[in-house]
Amino acid sequence: MTKLLEGITILDFTQFLSGPSASLRLADFGARVIKVEQPSGDLCRSLYVSNCDIEGESSLFQAINRNKESIVLDLKSAADQDKAQQLVKQADVVLNNFRPGVMAKLGFSYEQVKALNPSVIYGEITGYGADSDWAAKPGQDLLLQALSGLTWASGNGDDGPVPMGVAIADILAGGQLAQGVLAALIGRNKTKQGNEEPAATLVQVSMLEAILDFQFEAITTFHHDGQQPLSRSKTNCAQPLVGGAYGFYATADGHICISMGAIPKLGELLSCPALLALDDASLWFEQREAIKAILNDHLRSQTTQYWLDILEPADIWCADVYNWQQLFEHEGFKTLKILQTVTLANGAQYRTTRCPVRIDGERLYNDRGAPFLGQHSRAIEQEFLES
Amino acid sequence: MALPLEGITVLEFSQYLAGPYAGLRLADLGARVIKIERPRVGDACRQLAIKHLFVDGDSLLFHTINRNKESYAANLKDPEDLAKVKALVKHADVITHNFRPGVMDKIGLDYQTVRQLNPTIVYGEVSGYGKTGPWVNKPGQDLLAQSVSGLAWLSGNDSPDPTPFGFAIADMICGTHLAQGLLAALVRRQQQGIGALVEVSLLESILDFQFEGITTYLNNGEQLPKRSQVAGAHTLLEAPYGVYQTADGYLAIAMTDLGQLLELLECNVTSEQLSQPYEQRDAIKAAIQRRLVARSTDHWLTTLEAADIWCSDVYTYATLMNQKAYQQLDMDLTVSRPNGASVTTTRCPIQLNGDKLRSDVAAPALGNANEQLASEGLLDD
Repeated sequence: MTKLLEGITILDFTQFLSGPSASLRLADFGARVIKVEQPSGDLCRSLYVSNCDIEGESSLFQAINRNKESIVLDLKSAADQDKAQQLVKQADVVLNNFRPGVMAKLGFSYEQVKALNPSVIYGEITGYGADSDWAAKPGQDLLLQALSGLTWASGNGDDGPVPMGVAIADILAGGQLAQGVLAALIGRNKTKQGNEEPAATLVQVSMLEAILDFQFEAITTFHHDGQQPLSRSKTNCAQPLVGGAYGFYATADGHICISMGAIPKLGELLSCPALLALDDASLWFEQREAIKAILNDHLRSQTTQYWLDILEPADIWCADVYNWQQLFEHEGFKTLKILQTVTLANGAQYRTTRCPVRIDGERLYNDRGAPFLGQHSRAIEQEFLES
Repeated sequence: MALPLEGITVLEFSQYLAGPYAGLRLADLGARVIKIERPRVGDACRQLAIKHLFVDGDSLLFHTINRNKESYAANLKDPEDLAKVKALVKHADVITHNFRPGVMDKIGLDYQTVRQLNPTIVYGEVSGYGKTGPWVNKPGQDLLAQSVSGLAWLSGNDSPDPTPFGFAIADMICGTHLAQGLLAALVRRQQQGIGALVEVSLLESILDFQFEGITTYLNNGEQLPKRSQVAGAHTLLEAPYGVYQTADGYLAIAMTDLGQLLELLECNVTSEQLSQPYEQRDAIKAAIQRRLVARSTDHWLTTLEAADIWCSDVYTYATLMNQKAYQQLDMDLTVSRPNGASVTTTRCPIQLNGDKLRSDVAAPALGNANEQLASEGLLDD
């Protein structure tokens, strides 16, 4: 079993999704992740979605926290404060995603942790930055989508704002934090190899910075096109900045996705004469409404497979549009072997996804489910606190 | 300040977005990133423009993704150039490419061959759908990956039609995973002195992105996600989660105490509905929508924020950038070429030791590092 981060211990005060998704990836790569939970537990444990729970914990919690350990510490009690301090001294990385100021009140701000552990890597996710006018605003995914301009990217022109239906700001912020922490580990090891005492590193990411970075193409365009608002096509929109056919279309029995392809060539292949005259590629952004309207009418006349059989051999970039059920039955999915079964301490099992990164040709599986609240409290105390 | 990846050299054979986005982040964190590009043409992204926007001969899109990098122009089919690239490979720490399976083998720069040249290389590969199975030769393009991944059934309101994500989510997430894998492999190399092969694919990455929904689907009897009819924002979340129309704009409301919200809105629903906020979300959200549309966004923000309800206005880029909190973030970054051509874009979203990472180096002109690399002796065996 490949463990890129063998020997790295992460003390994880984060909850919900953004921070825990970062520590999940670090756990996938072989780090040891210890969740430090209040007696009430990570609030995500009871965030029941669509009423799906697995062994009393939400399916979301189970997805995000597999392969981690849990210790319960009441940071408002002096005895547990002391235990947390001893853990901090022995950790390589400390993570939190509280609102600005909370960790300081609990006694675990960057400065306080650095005093205990001078070479610590301290990673932090906030909603909007620690010093912002918005610092006290809830760092919640939908609010970040709404404030960042992102809701004008998906959907069609006459729709109102359309949020992306995944907690994208959380996941992106977690992804950036994992990158920052990994880079800091590399920086720390370099110092060590130079025989200096490595200094502490503070790694900060906000959900707002992460979701703006995600929109870097559109924002850079906005700075250079006279600040034009994002404009979605009226029908079949898939990307507000891309012209031509780019979109999803209804067919006689489902949908088809068409991304790249010269318009007259599409007209020829699809026996759609109305497209033949649209032969000036430099106008395909301005003509996107007309192109899409023509295709929208035309493609309904035959099945998805009928069109794919014509377009794929001609190297037009296209695909069927699947839901999970259709995808999971497809050989193209099965060959990935991306699902795994993990086991909880009580023997119950559930299915989830594995790490998406393969190392040395190996898929990284790990069959350990998420921890029950405080499942490892005793073992961690014995290992770290009683020596 | 010293950046953590200083001293790390990355050779980027990748084009377009996923691989180069990983390279951009490594550059932000201090690595020296050298794009290996075809003479005269370069990364195909140089000519792929959004809205016909070009700066100094290259598309604005290329500038956005490739700031803070260098460019080495080399013809990999020319033995003399290839020998120089192989010399460069010996001096590199990381290589990335996103050619279709088999292309690097033909050139002689596949992982097994490169390992002979440089045993501790960290070698990153991006594919569309992995290296086996029926989709190996399918184009690894963002919208196609979205299309087969199930993602298009998670956004928007319930309808017979799918709603794709309006930006290149598969590319961006895959680039993020690539950067994570490369960095973790560099940590192992420091500790164990061994290189690594790091493989990612658009499809695996966009499935990982949906891990919450997929895990729920796998454990709830495989019930497919159902989008709500009103204010759809997340298939798994109960009322009131969504974006609503007001008298003069929109209002986003996140998870909150539903009873308290309904009271503040003076909005009536039946007690049966109130007790089933997921099952009855369409009816509850419709009732909320009827109330919200009667008054302005400001009115509701004042009412709801005072009660600590998680809600917000809905901004465009223009309204966002007028906010003081946006300006405090100092996210805009202007980068320049030696000839003065400049681009205003966004900076790295990661801050280190309280510093924002703000390199002002623009994307390279094609082959801008050819002479420099020669003078450093990096092209000699």
